[in-house]
Amino acid sequence: MSASTEILLIAIVTATACALPGVFLVLRQMAMMSDAISHTVLLGIVIGFLIFNDLDSPWLIPAAALMGVITVFLVEVFVNTRLVKEDAAIGIVFPALFSIAVILISRYASGVHLDSDAVLLGQLEFSFFDRTEFFGLNLATSLVTMGVILLVNLILLLVFYKELKISTFDAGLAAALGFSPVLIHYGLMMMVSITAVGAFDAVGSILVVALMIAPAATAWLFTDRLSQMLLFSTIAAVLSAVGGFGMALFFDTNMGGSMATMCGIIFIIALLAAPNRGLIAVALRRMRQRWEFSQTMLVIHLLNHEGTDREADECRVDHLWEHLRWKPEFAEQVIRYAEDHGTVRRQRGILNLTDEGRDIAESAMVR
Amino acid sequence: MELLIEIFSDYTLRTVALGTAVLGIVSGALGTYAVLRRQSLLGDAMSHAALPGVVLAFMLTGSREPLVLIIGAGIAGIIGTLFMLVITRFTRIHADSALGIILSVFFGFGLILLQVVERLGLPNRAGLNVFLFGQAATLLQRDVIIMLIISVFVLAMVALFWKEFKLLSFDRDFGSSLGFNMVWIDIIMISLLVLAIVIGLQAVGVVLMSAMIVAPAAAARQWTDNLAVMMILSAIFGAISGITGAIISSTGAGLSTGPVVVLVISSIVLISILFATKRGIVWSWYSRLRNQRILRLEAILNDMLKLAEQHEDPTHPHALVVLEAMGHMQGGVRNTLNELINRGWVVQVDSTHYSLTPAGIEEAETFLVSED
Repeated sequence: MSASTEILLIAIVTATACALPGVFLVLRQMAMMSDAISHTVLLGIVIGFLIFNDLDSPWLIPAAALMGVITVFLVEVFVNTRLVKEDAAIGIVFPALFSIAVILISRYASGVHLDSDAVLLGQLEFSFFDRTEFFGLNLATSLVTMGVILLVNLILLLVFYKELKISTFDAGLAAALGFSPVLIHYGLMMMVSITAVGAFDAVGSILVVALMIAPAATAWLFTDRLSQMLLFSTIAAVLSAVGGFGMALFFDTNMGGSMATMCGIIFIIALLAAPNRGLIAVALRRMRQRWEFSQTMLVIHLLNHEGTDREADECRVDHLWEHLRWKPEFAEQVIRYAEDHGTVRRQRGILNLTDEGRDIAESAMVR
Repeated sequence: MELLIEIFSDYTLRTVALGTAVLGIVSGALGTYAVLRRQSLLGDAMSHAALPGVVLAFMLTGSREPLVLIIGAGIAGIIGTLFMLVITRFTRIHADSALGIILSVFFGFGLILLQVVERLGLPNRAGLNVFLFGQAATLLQRDVIIMLIISVFVLAMVALFWKEFKLLSFDRDFGSSLGFNMVWIDIIMISLLVLAIVIGLQAVGVVLMSAMIVAPAAAARQWTDNLAVMMILSAIFGAISGITGAIISSTGAGLSTGPVVVLVISSIVLISILFATKRGIVWSWYSRLRNQRILRLEAILNDMLKLAEQHEDPTHPHALVVLEAMGHMQGGVRNTLNELINRGWVVQVDSTHYSLTPAGIEEAETFLVSED
């Protein structure tokens, strides 16, 4: 495998591994927890390093993941005192833990390659040089790590799909059915922590947030089904990885930054153009509803005066705007809209309902 | 005292302490609104979103002047905020996801720009480190003066929009019904928050700036229910942690100011949550204990009065075992009786008998009245 293929593969695997738990973070309104976790795992790594005195120790990942869960736990302790709200609790806990990590690094680990900006920014470009033997294959360590994490995430997701789904959309029902929401919550947080630690190397802690949240939020703009959302989130993640890789090659820039930017670009495209939920679709729908509503007002007005002796006055095309309290130009536009849709007909300056128009007016009034 | 002299004689320490103090005051004051409006993490997101602004400002002007960078950061922060308002207003995506996306995507974009700068051969690696972690030690007197000017402006705006901001924080709909344009007031408030954040970036850096916004206000909230008092307290907490952090980091080897400041303010939060009057954990625990004791006193006085009603003499002595039986065997009766004796409401007649005093009868009767 060539270096660039392998780096691309790492990017794709990392992005996918992040996008899966991200779906639940977005749905459970816990997106910022990923930000907190991805910062505090640094403390886990530092403590792990100080204990085992080896930056390559396999124990660093569990230590860091444990710290992620501890972060969640501490936030909950704060929230449970009911003295601070959840957002404030997150905003207090993670900078404090992160500060401890920075101080520990500068005091006890300043010599080693644990500089905090490497942790914050990641170095996907150089992941190629760190290699492992894996079932007889010589692979980049990151690829193996992230591949295993992706596999674990997938298995957990398949096994606990029902539990995650119920507890996400109806925590009360989940509890009533005998699933422990607390257990599921911490399980999910464990998953997020491990994924964040693994993705550290590749993209750094801040960009982990992009990979977790942006594809999931993108997917949510397209669908209302959890299974589809997971699929779309994965697709968005793969596109971000491939796009980011291309972008990094083309502009010769930082891979993590490019991937995050790509996540953002894909999100913005979805935000604008997603069917039904995109900004453009929403604006178009609002416009159409405005015209439809005005047309309904018009036909109701006509129906009210149809066949009465005031019909000649109330239904005159050039006076209509006064009766409906519209601006003259707007009234003209509505009439044209209604004519195009075959709900009214102009006859000698008077507006008459067609059968279709009468149906609309009658059904609107019954409602 | 020696420390104080040191602060005023050492140029660097004086500058740094003054800078972090100013920063603490402004972020503490503005953070009050963020915490009350449950937007604590907005500060975190905006400080990250400032990176592309800082780098672009540097690329466009070629200047490292703090004022230029602050303007760039401010513009980026405000654009990020507007993005968030659009996303949360027109889609069902929640604020937390919107914040997460803006935070990370803006930051990632900033990293790319930074690399472009690097390739142009401009020195910046140090610049990024300053942005991420701050470097209070690099603060110059000039920087502090700029910080001061911006701070005075921000605080003046807070005073000017006091009523509007209060409405926005507590009852936005009521504000709209009074005819205020709450969207604009919101944008003004967030812009001020962004200003407060960007002046702090140089001192404590991105990651820790969010703590400077949240922590002082969260601590101040524990001590008061009044907005003005909370804001003043919050500013004081911010200033104290700024100065303390600067002093500690100037003495300890290898401690940069930002993390130390954050740890100081985090300790203040912890102390506030534990010991604040009325709301604090220790306080509520103590007042619960006191209530329990008073209830127990009342119960025994009551029992004794009921027993006394069976006799001609209201001060008729009663046996301890009877009182224990009436107290549903909950224990602690003897202790409670001792407490009643101390208060002069009960006297001990012999080793196992107690009787009410006239004062005790009076006390028990007021309890009975209030019980009805």
